[in-house]
Amino acid sequence: MLDIRVSRRQGSFQVNADFKTQNTGITALFGPSGAGKTSVINMVAGLIRPDRGRIVVQDRVLFDSDRGIDLPPEKRSIGYIFQDGRLFPHLTVRSNLIYGMRLTPPDRRCIGFDQVVGLLGIQHLLERRPARLSGGEKQRVAIGRALLTSPRLLLMDEPLSSLDEGRKEDVLPFVAKLPSAFSIPILYVTHAVDEIQRLADCLVLMESGKSIAAGNVHEMIGRIQCRVVVGVSDNPSLETC
Amino acid sequence: MEAFALTALEVEALSLSLWVSGWAVVGSLPAGIAVAWVLARFKFPGKILLDGLVHLPLVLPPVVTGYTLLVLMGRNGPIGSLLQKTLGLSFSFSWKGAALASAVMAFPLLVRAVRLSIESVDQGLEAAARTLGARPLRVFFTVTLPLVMPGVLAGVILAFARSLSEFGATITFVSNIPGQTRTLPLALYTLTQVPGGEAGALRLCVISVLLALLAIIGSEVLSRHLDHRLRG
Repeated sequence: MLDIRVSRRQGSFQVNADFKTQNTGITALFGPSGAGKTSVINMVAGLIRPDRGRIVVQDRVLFDSDRGIDLPPEKRSIGYIFQDGRLFPHLTVRSNLIYGMRLTPPDRRCIGFDQVVGLLGIQHLLERRPARLSGGEKQRVAIGRALLTSPRLLLMDEPLSSLDEGRKEDVLPFVAKLPSAFSIPILYVTHAVDEIQRLADCLVLMESGKSIAAGNVHEMIGRIQCRVVVGVSDNPSLETC
Repeated sequence: MEAFALTALEVEALSLSLWVSGWAVVGSLPAGIAVAWVLARFKFPGKILLDGLVHLPLVLPPVVTGYTLLVLMGRNGPIGSLLQKTLGLSFSFSWKGAALASAVMAFPLLVRAVRLSIESVDQGLEAAARTLGARPLRVFFTVTLPLVMPGVLAGVILAFARSLSEFGATITFVSNIPGQTRTLPLALYTLTQVPGGEAGALRLCVISVLLALLAIIGSEVLSRHLDHRLRG
C-alpha cells in the first residue's frame, strides 16, 4: 500500500524515514514535535523534495531518485489535511469543497458530494465563508475538500492540534469513520497518544528525523509508553505492519 | 461662475489625460502583475538587477527616463523602428507615446503594491491548491490572484494617479502637442507660460488636486471593501 524510503537534509537536520505498511486503515506517524513527521508527509505529498529515496503509494511510484521520477503534487492524487485547515478564504464552503473535485477527471471520481457532505455533517455550512466557521467546522470542510478529489491516500497533519480539548470531538469521530466509509488509507501525523488509541491500527514511530519502529498499534503502544518513561532508544529494525 | 467654466482646450487636456492614463494602466497591468509575481515568489540570478530596473524610474530624473525612451523607442530608435516595421506601431509624438511614458513612470508603484500583496498571501494556501490537483498557473489564477485583488486595485489606482501627474518624461519623449500629448500637467505648464493664463492654470490645478484625492480615497474604500469580503 505504502512504501516509503526517503532522506533529506534540512540545514543541520537530517530526515531519514523508511517504512512499509499494508494497512488499509489509519497509520499513525507518531513522535515528539520536531521529529520530522511533517517533513515526511510533505515529501509524500510532493511539497518538498527528498534528496534520495523512493515513495510508492498503492503500487504507484510517486518519487524515485534512482529512476528520476518526481511527480508534481497535482499529479499524485493524494489528499492533504493540514494542521491549519487552509481553506480558501475568498470562496464559500461549497466552492472550497468542489475546488479539487472539478479538477479530478470524472472517471476517477469515486466519492460523491452528497455522501461527503452528509457524513461530515456540513450541509448547513455550504454557503458560508471560512471566516465564519469554528475550528472544528473548518477541519471537517478541509477533510471533505480533500476527500472529494477521490485520493489514493489521505495525509493528515495533526488535524486536531489547533482545536480546544472540547472541540476535538467535533472532528475525531468523523476521522474514525473515514476508512470504512471510503476505503482510503490514511497516514495520520500526531504526537497525542489518545488520538492513536482511538484512531490508528498501525503506528510508525519517529524520533530526531528517523523512523525507528513500525508495527501494529497494540504492540507498539506499550513500547511508546515504555519510551516515554525510560526514554532510551530501542531496536531500530523496522517490521512491516 | 464664468471663471469656473473650462475652455475647450482645458477639456481636451483633461479628457486626453484620462485617456492616456487609462491606457497606461491597462497596458502595463499584465506585465506589472507578472513582474510582481516573479519578484515575490522566485529566486534567480539577476533578480536584484530586475528589481533595480523596475524601480529606476522612481529615482531617476523624469527627463532621463523620457530621453531614454526617445532614444530607444523613437522613430529611429532600435526598438521603436522595429515596432514600426513589424507592427506598424509608432510611439513618437502621439498619445501612445504619452501613455508609454506614463506607464513606465507609474510601473514601480504598480509593481510594489502588487508585490507586497502577493508576499502577504499564505503560500500554504497555494500548496493546498496543488495537492487538490491544480497546476501552478491555475493556482495563480484561482487562489493567488483573487487574494491579491485588493493590492492590485490599490496599485492600479495609484498608478493611474501617478500617470495623471506625469510631466517630465512625457514632454521630453513626445513633446507638448495639443490634442496628442498635451495632458493636464502639460496644459497647466503651458498656461503658466502665457500672459493671462492664470485663471486657466488655477482651474487645472484644482482639477488635478480633486482627481488625485478621489483616486486615493477610492483606493482606500475599495481595498477596505475587498478586505471585508475576504474576512467574511
